[in-house]
Formats: sequence, structure tokens, C-alpha cells
Amino acid sequence: MEAPIISSYIILGAALFVLLNSAAVCVYAERRIAAFIQNRVGPNRVGPFGLLQPIADVVKLIFKEDVTPSYGNRILHSVAPLIPVTTALMTVAVIPFGDGLFITDLNIGILYLLAIASLGVYGVTMAGWASNSKYSLLGGLRAAAQMLSYELPMGMAIASMVLFSMSLSLVDMVNAQIYWWGIFVNPIGFIIFTIAAFAEANRSPFDLVEAEQELVGGFHTEYSSMKFGMFFLAEYMHVVIGSMLITVFFLGGYHLPFAGYYAHLLPEAGTLAKAILDISVFGAKVAFMVFVFIWVRWTIPRFKYNQLMSLGWARLLPLSIANFVIIAFILMMIHEFF
Amino acid sequence: MELKTTILDKAKPTFFEKHQNALYKSLEDKHTTVEVEEDPLGTRMILNMGPQHPATHGVLRLLLELDGERIIRNRLDIGYLHRGVEKIAENKTYQEFMPYTDRMDYLSPYSNNVALCLAVEKIAQIEVPERADYIRMIGCELARISSHLLYLGAMVMDTGAISFFIWTFRERERLYDIFDNFGGHRFTISHSRIGGVHNDLSPECLGMIKNFIDTFPDEIRDWKKLLNKNRIFYDRNLNVGRISYDEALALGVTGPNIRAVGVPYDIRKFDPYLQYDQVEFDVPTRLEGDNLARYFIRMEEMSESVRIIRQCLEKMPKGPIRTDNAKQAYPSKDEVYYSMEGMIHDFMMTDTGICPPEGAEAYHAIEAPKGELGFFIQSDGTGHPWRLKIKSPSFTNLQGLEKMLDGEMIADTVVMIGGVDPVMGDSDK
Repeated sequence: MEAPIISSYIILGAALFVLLNSAAVCVYAERRIAAFIQNRVGPNRVGPFGLLQPIADVVKLIFKEDVTPSYGNRILHSVAPLIPVTTALMTVAVIPFGDGLFITDLNIGILYLLAIASLGVYGVTMAGWASNSKYSLLGGLRAAAQMLSYELPMGMAIASMVLFSMSLSLVDMVNAQIYWWGIFVNPIGFIIFTIAAFAEANRSPFDLVEAEQELVGGFHTEYSSMKFGMFFLAEYMHVVIGSMLITVFFLGGYHLPFAGYYAHLLPEAGTLAKAILDISVFGAKVAFMVFVFIWVRWTIPRFKYNQLMSLGWARLLPLSIANFVIIAFILMMIHEFF
Repeated sequence: MELKTTILDKAKPTFFEKHQNALYKSLEDKHTTVEVEEDPLGTRMILNMGPQHPATHGVLRLLLELDGERIIRNRLDIGYLHRGVEKIAENKTYQEFMPYTDRMDYLSPYSNNVALCLAVEKIAQIEVPERADYIRMIGCELARISSHLLYLGAMVMDTGAISFFIWTFRERERLYDIFDNFGGHRFTISHSRIGGVHNDLSPECLGMIKNFIDTFPDEIRDWKKLLNKNRIFYDRNLNVGRISYDEALALGVTGPNIRAVGVPYDIRKFDPYLQYDQVEFDVPTRLEGDNLARYFIRMEEMSESVRIIRQCLEKMPKGPIRTDNAKQAYPSKDEVYYSMEGMIHDFMMTDTGICPPEGAEAYHAIEAPKGELGFFIQSDGTGHPWRLKIKSPSFTNLQGLEKMLDGEMIADTVVMIGGVDPVMGDSDK
């Protein structure tokens, strides 16, 4: 890993800025898409097409009373919302947005990602415990169990992609997909990873943690004001990060499909034009995955706790291990005989 | 660890200490208190769900003893919406009391109106013109569709698919528009009158109903497509909230819930009232007795209701819509405005009302969307009932719910409540 250079800091600043704002864009997109699915109009009063709605939401949240439940743990209750947001922001460090457009190229980038992603659940569990509410507690415990069960298939799905790139660096991972995207060579891994990403982001159908119908609000039942806003922000940032990871691991990152075959036929682009093209391709893929996240949420019912567990441990985990072994075997055969 | 801590130890009231302590004390005394008896590991938790909970369909209170996510025991607590409807009836004339029935099962007001009117007509021996019967039938079946639509939306939303609620509400909105044209009110229509109905259906209203029954089956087909093969929805409902044949009969579960255990009990077939013997329809039944069976039955019933309405529209004869006897029903407004006798009768009807013979008793039940809705009336010869007892379907169905909840997961509670489909206004009266 080389020492950080000036451009790294610029990209870091830009990436954090985009990520923080992407949550706002996501909220707007979610509400408009939900409204579209439900035959409603959706927010259209604040600003043109209701585009300023997220700002109005944040202002409202800031002005609300910040309540800490009596007999709750005051310190943990305040610290908990910070954890998911921080971990979500930390993940951008290793994601390549374009050719050379990354903050740092960690040679253990994937391990770093997995480690950081699993830290986020501490915030949820702490929030559940510190609230001194039974609904929150149930939500927090569900979060811990869910995270544990879905980390494993997720890890195996990523490992099966590592077999192709032969590196734990995300930049190498993207470059390994210049000819064939991960989704084409490893479709089962893609499905497993997508499901696990939904579970990691606590999105429907895996939103048991906040299951509105049975647990009122789950872990954030007792949260209000900007503390609740932080959880809200973290949820949408996790959606964006999940989409980014799916893009990086399976949708070829910033590469156009099968780019390796025809890239040399295209005219040589300047550095800036190349950067803009890369980021647009990356952004379009991420936007599509975010749309899928939202689409699924407003269509599909939620799992039950025992169904979630049996899906994670009895179906996804064996499937992901089998997928890994089969891919490893095929790759070894190709390596040996061709 | 001291296990037997009471609410009084934990709660430290800050305002109106004496008053609050008295409240907590009375809560402790209730039969709905759950005591954890054997719990050496300290893993049991008592969860008090409701009466203010977003998914308990009104003000139902559930006390759940949990072992992790599983319910060990439960108690239901009802009565938070008790308004003393039966007592109010004793101080009202029969006609004055009818708007109160709208507020009982507020998802199908028309059925409640008709149930009361039929009971009063039975006790006072009032003949109702045939056209009024058909108008009432159309109203009742539209109310059934409306009620089942809410069931469908709320139950599917309880499983987590929020959009469905809005889709069913779009159809309910059309029904409300029809009812607006039907009797002048969207929600609490109070259109039925003792001895007939308030007004005839306008051609515009008939057109709206025709349009609705033509397009509604397509919607049902779409919903079935989305739900019947949906793995998550199917698994969330299969074998959930199971009640056996014997238990269901013993507890007096009615309506779609009893048809879901295989009892084809439908009063429209068993003891036809109105003109239900003149129309053809099937009574869907299932044998499983779980939430999925209840879902299938209600979906089929909506289709059957459409069928009934279509036949009603064809068979509806021309003629008067209220009995012509001014001692038994309100005279028409034409008579009231333009004749002396009409006006006097109108005053008499409002002031004294219909007086059934002294000592007469009558019970009449109809098949409301949620089950058997019966009114028992005892008369003392005046215009007010001496006693009016309501047998409401939600109340009996809730008895079954307590049996269903034991041993299920906490995530199933709301789905089961949605599946049994109680309305607290109906249950608490």
C-alpha cells in the first residue's frame, strides 16, 4: 500500500459527500417509487417535484424533542446511533469508483469490508438494549442473530469471486471482471450475495429488526429526533453501500459489459472523460441496484424469524459452500488441462 | 433475583401519584394478569401488546408470556372500546338506535343496519317490499366486499407487504363512492330503514355498481396472482393460527373462521333471510383451519358476493321501497310535506316509534362479513326495547384467537389477529 496522495483526499471528500447525500436522494427515491407502486403521487409539495422533501425531513427531525427513556442506559443510547453511520462511511475507503479513482487500494480490502460491515450491528443491538423497552430488545436480538447468519453465506459468495480475481484487493476484483462480469460466471454467488446484502442492510423482506407490525419500530422504537435520523441515514447508506458492493463484486464495477473485448477498438479517451465515463457507469449500476432494493421492499412480505434462520443456515450456507467448491474445482481443471 | 416484582414496584408515578397507583392496582387485579410461575433460568418475558399498538386492529390488548420468540401463554383483554351500545338501545326508539349499529362493525355498516332492521321487523311483524330486500342485499354484499378488502389489506400488511393495503384501499374507495351515491354517506351510511330502505337507487348509482362488479373480479385475479404463489406469504400463513374443528365449534367461532375448519355454516344458506333463497351462490369451505384457509375463503367469498350482486341487479323488481303502513315505517317525504296525516305520522314515528306487542321476543341473525350477527330484542310494548342483546361475531371469534396464539411465534400474532379479523367496535360494543 503506497502512501496516500493528494488525489486520495479529494476522492475521499467527494465520496463521503456523495454517500451522505445519497441517503437523502434515496429517501426521496424510496418515497416516489413507493408512491408509484401504490398508485399514489408521493411527496410533490416541497420544491420542484418535491425534490427538497429530504431537507424538510431532516429539519423536522432536528427540531423534534430528543427523548431518552427513563431507566435506559443514557450513554449507550446516545452512542448506538453513531456506530452504523460510522461503519457505513468507513466502507467507502476501499471501493473503486473508476479507473484509478479509489481512496486506497488495500491488499486485504475484502477482509476490511467484511470486518467493518459486521461492526454495524453493534449499534443496533446496543440501541435495542439501551432503550429499556421489550420491543427494542427483541429487535436488537433479532439483529444480532440475523447478522451472524448472513455474514457466512455472504463471505462464501465473496470467496467464490476471489477465486476468479486471485486477490483480496477490490481494484483487482473489478479488473478481473473486465471480460466477463461476476454475475455471468458465478450467478449462484450473485443471488446469494444479493440476498445477504438485503439482510445486512436490514431491508425488507429481512427487516425483522424493525418489523413495524409486530415490534412497533424494533430497535429504534424509543428513538426520536436526530438520533433516529442517524439510524435512518445509516439504513439508506447501507442500501447504497450494498448496491456498490454488488456492483463491485458481480456487476463489473466501472466496466461496461464485456469491455475487454472491444475496449481497444474505441477511441482513446482523455483522463477526465475516462473518469466521467467510469463514474457514470458505476453510478448507473448502483442506482439500478438501489431501485431493486426499493422495489423489493414495497412488494414482498417479510420473513418470520424461524424462516429467516432456516433460509440462512439450511439453504444459503450449504449452497454457498457447494458453489465455492464447484467453482474452485472447475477453475483448477481449467488451469490443469488447458 | 426476585421474580415476583409487581407493577407497583417498577412504576414510579410522578403525576397524581395516588390516582396512578390506583390505576396500576386495578390492572394487577384483572383476570388478564399473567404470572410467570416456573422460570428457573429467567428466560421468560411478559410482553404487553396493546391496547396502543399499531397492529392490533384497534384497541385489543394482548398479554404474551414469551420464551425468546415463542409464545408460551397468552391472555386477551378486550373492552377498551366499550360504549354501552346495548344500554343506549334501551333509551332510544328502534329507528333512533340504528345509526349506533353503524359504529359497531364500522367496516360493514350496512350489514349491521340490516341486521337490526330485520330483527325489529320480525318482532313487530312488518312486511317489507321485495325491491327493498334486493337493495338491502346489494348493500350487504358490497359491505361484505368492503370488509373483506380491509381484512386482505391489513392481513397482508401485517405480514410485511405494505403496498397491498393501499391497493385494497383503492377498491374500497370506489365502494365508498358507491355508498355515497347509495344513501348519502360514505362510511356510516344508515341507509336501511325499519320497513324498507330510505331511498331507491339512482340510475347513476346502479351504473357505478355495475361498473364495479365488472372490473372488480380482475382485481381479485391480480391479487391472487401476486399472493397465492408467493412463497413468503404462503409460508407465513400455512399452519399458522390453527384451530381444530371441535375447538372452533365449542368456542362459537363464526363466519369465515368456522368455514375454514370445514363447517359450511352460512346463515344465508341455513336460514335464508331477505331474498337469499332466490339467488345462486356457493359457500366456500376449507378443512385446514389455519390462516391460509381463512385467506382463501375470504377471497372466494368476495367473488361470490360479486355473483350475488349481479343476480340481484337482474332480479330486482320495480315497486315501492318501503312498507306503505304509516304505523310501521316512516311515510315518504312526499306525504310528509304535502299531507296532514303524513306529517302527523312522521312526528309519531320519531317521537314514539314502532311499538311491538308487549312481551314479544325475537332473535334474528344475519351472515355479516365477520360471521353471525344477531339482535335479540325483548319488548315491553313501548317504542323502546326493554332489552336488546347483540351477538357480535368479533366477540366470539376473539375467543378462538386465544386458543390459536399459544405456541406460535411472536411475528405470527399480528398475522393471526389479521386473519381472525376482529373489529373492536363490534367486539366491545
